[in-house]
Amino acid sequence: MIDWTNFTPWSALCGGILIGLAASLLILLNGKIAGISGILGGLLQAKKHDIAWRIMFILGLIASPMIWQAFAHLPAMSIDADNHLLAIAGVLVGVGTRYAAGCTSGHGVCGISRLSLRSIIATLLFMVTGFITVYLMRHGLGV
Amino acid sequence: MKKHLNSLWALCAALFSGLIFGLGLILAGMANPAKVLGFLDITGAWDPSLALVMCGAITIGAIAFTIAKKRQVTFLGLNLHLPTAHKADIRLALGSILFGIGWGLSGICPGPALVLLGTGIAKGFYFASFMLLGMLIFAGLELWRSNKRR
Repeated sequence: MIDWTNFTPWSALCGGILIGLAASLLILLNGKIAGISGILGGLLQAKKHDIAWRIMFILGLIASPMIWQAFAHLPAMSIDADNHLLAIAGVLVGVGTRYAAGCTSGHGVCGISRLSLRSIIATLLFMVTGFITVYLMRHGLGV
Repeated sequence: MKKHLNSLWALCAALFSGLIFGLGLILAGMANPAKVLGFLDITGAWDPSLALVMCGAITIGAIAFTIAKKRQVTFLGLNLHLPTAHKADIRLALGSILFGIGWGLSGICPGPALVLLGTGIAKGFYFASFMLLGMLIFAGLELWRSNKRR
């Protein structure tokens, strides 16, 4: 059943357009894919001359809520998972996105924009796995 | 003359792109893990908003990548690094599945993790640290693998 009370089509669409613009800037100006796991993970295995732009992009991303706060109140951001679950999830997201060579941004946005079959497969896999995980957590395991 | 990847303009572009990306995530609701889990909960009270985030982002992205594919260098004169991998292999599949489990457990993927880190929320810092640990584990395993092969 659709949860109409939490459905925010316009902010979702506009936010998506901003994300698309950011990815467009990075490919058309810097020639790089805006994949967050790749940019961050690549920093840990980076070659010379391939570090500074990654740091700048990540700084921009981390600074974004601070810039937002300078003009408006930040929307609600609630993390309901407890710390143990967050630790496990964090490691899985870190290892998984690096093995998959991409995450929601690199495969989901940039890859599908390029019509890359590899990225379409990756996106389907992590979305379906996400659906199943949430189903088991909320409805399947009785917790 | 080809401009350097670390020219002032290129670094500004990277910073600006990261900033716009983060603002987009916040506006879209992607930086709110509770909303992301609402999207992933298709059999419960489903919030389809995030499907529209993908639509918006991919529509703009498709235009940009169509332009990019026709060019040799970027508008700043840098090399265009379009991905060359085409084959979906076992690494891609298993990695995506592991990521999907972590995403479903927390509602956080790598971009929002960094935005949450920037808000100063303790749990955001906590998640981002463990995500970085996971990436370090990958880097270590890759190093070990390449040494073994040598």
